[in-house]
Amino acid sequence: MINIFEVNETNTMIEQENLDVRTITLGISLLDCCDADLDVLNRNIYDKITRLAHDLVSTGREIECEYGLPIVNTRISVTPIALVGGRACRCPEDFVTIARTLDEAARDTGVNFLGGYSALVSKGMTKADRDLIRSIPGALSSTERVCSSVNVGSTRTGINMDAVKLMGEIIRETAEATQENNSLGCAKLVVFCNAPDDNPFMAGAFHGVTEADAVINVGVSGPGVVKHALEGVRGENFEVLCETVKKTAFKVTRVGQLVAQEASERLGVPFGIVDLSLAPTPAVGDSVAEILEEMGLESAGAPGTTAALALLNDQVKKGGVMASSFVGGLSGAFIPVSEDQGMIDAVNRGALTIEKLEAMTCVCSVGLDMIAIPGTTSAATISGIIADEAAIGMVNQKTTAVRLIPVIGKDVGDTVEFGGLLGHAPVQRVNPFGCEDFVNRGGRIPAPIHSFKN
Amino acid sequence: MKKTIITVVGKDAVGIIARVCTYLADNQVNVEDISQTIVQGYFNMMMIVDTGRSPRPFGEMVRDLEELGDEIGVRIRCQHEDIFTKMHRI
Repeated sequence: MINIFEVNETNTMIEQENLDVRTITLGISLLDCCDADLDVLNRNIYDKITRLAHDLVSTGREIECEYGLPIVNTRISVTPIALVGGRACRCPEDFVTIARTLDEAARDTGVNFLGGYSALVSKGMTKADRDLIRSIPGALSSTERVCSSVNVGSTRTGINMDAVKLMGEIIRETAEATQENNSLGCAKLVVFCNAPDDNPFMAGAFHGVTEADAVINVGVSGPGVVKHALEGVRGENFEVLCETVKKTAFKVTRVGQLVAQEASERLGVPFGIVDLSLAPTPAVGDSVAEILEEMGLESAGAPGTTAALALLNDQVKKGGVMASSFVGGLSGAFIPVSEDQGMIDAVNRGALTIEKLEAMTCVCSVGLDMIAIPGTTSAATISGIIADEAAIGMVNQKTTAVRLIPVIGKDVGDTVEFGGLLGHAPVQRVNPFGCEDFVNRGGRIPAPIHSFKN
Repeated sequence: MKKTIITVVGKDAVGIIARVCTYLADNQVNVEDISQTIVQGYFNMMMIVDTGRSPRPFGEMVRDLEELGDEIGVRIRCQHEDIFTKMHRI
């Protein structure tokens, strides 16, 4: 029988330590919507999304009310649009009409983001892929809730440097197209290496081609809970530290599993995965950087940060894996700058640079995330950063991603406000030395030798 | 039927249990277990109840109890038991 202390522990986690379910994401396959006629395709897409996601938001609210647990976001991910629109779209503008349809469907179902305006080009690009990528600035500047991602490399295929080069230009164009909004479009655009098919977190979420027709994925979050647990073991050795993180991760994940099962049952949609990520928010006490500092670092970014993050990530996985029947997605700690007050402070006090963040991405769940850089940063430099990050993912057989925001009109020392969950970020210094000749070579970086595992 | 856990936390006063139990009785909710303690100087009660026979929809009961709590100066939460059993029992 449950006792009063356990009940109080759970409720303290929820009320004071920001335990929440970060997102319920309904993945929807749009492959059966394909048509050669653009209008028919758009209608099919709208109808399918609104039909399947009709009760998504209300179901989320019901679960939230019955368990007293906040569910922060309800979202939708769809099949990469480059695959869906290939037959109907003749030019980038045609793809933009699909983005508008997706935006409309997202608004009408009440979800805050819809991901999947994506292309998977880790080895090569079709005409549709290229058109979709070229349409991204137009799509993100004329829609509100659509998120876009492009997978430019994988351990099995190597890195598509043509796509990397193109994405540098696209990020710049998107920044310019959304200039009046602090280049907000770039916050909705992710460049991946080894992108997973079942990631429920935006902006990189899409419904991979290996997935079922519709599926419920849930992302949990609890940096505040982990930090609070660690406050109780200050000064103890690493064994105690690891045990504490592991036990906490188990509890947090069990809650995610419960919500995932409930949502799946009520919506009549199969349960996919629980993503074990620790995702921060700009709220005080909900920060991954603060966990690292609680472990004994003066500031995130200090020597020892990478080791602390590696430890955290591993223990979260070890604790979480047993708590859920299916674990997937990215599953690790997120280290976005703008969405984490501790990270923002670390950058402001000069403890955390892009180079240190890059090193941290070797052991975290994703990559360089929500980093504001000067608006004058060249496309080639952005491509160089993407190539570095993709190489880390390719060689280490992990997912990596880049979500950089070159804020037009701002420079190092300025701060940019994105609002809401996207937070605010200090503009960070980028290495000023060029890489144009490297990026301009084009072609592919071959897969590393350990791709031949057969 | 899912069990429901009601927690009442706040400054101690006369009649808290009576007010909560009256509401539950009026809405056909059966109380199966009550434990009450003073934690950190605060009145702290947990009830396990069965809402299966109540005509009141669950969501409205949650809101009613919240309002009742505001009235008597305590925090009342009403949650399905699963969130606690899942978190604390393997």
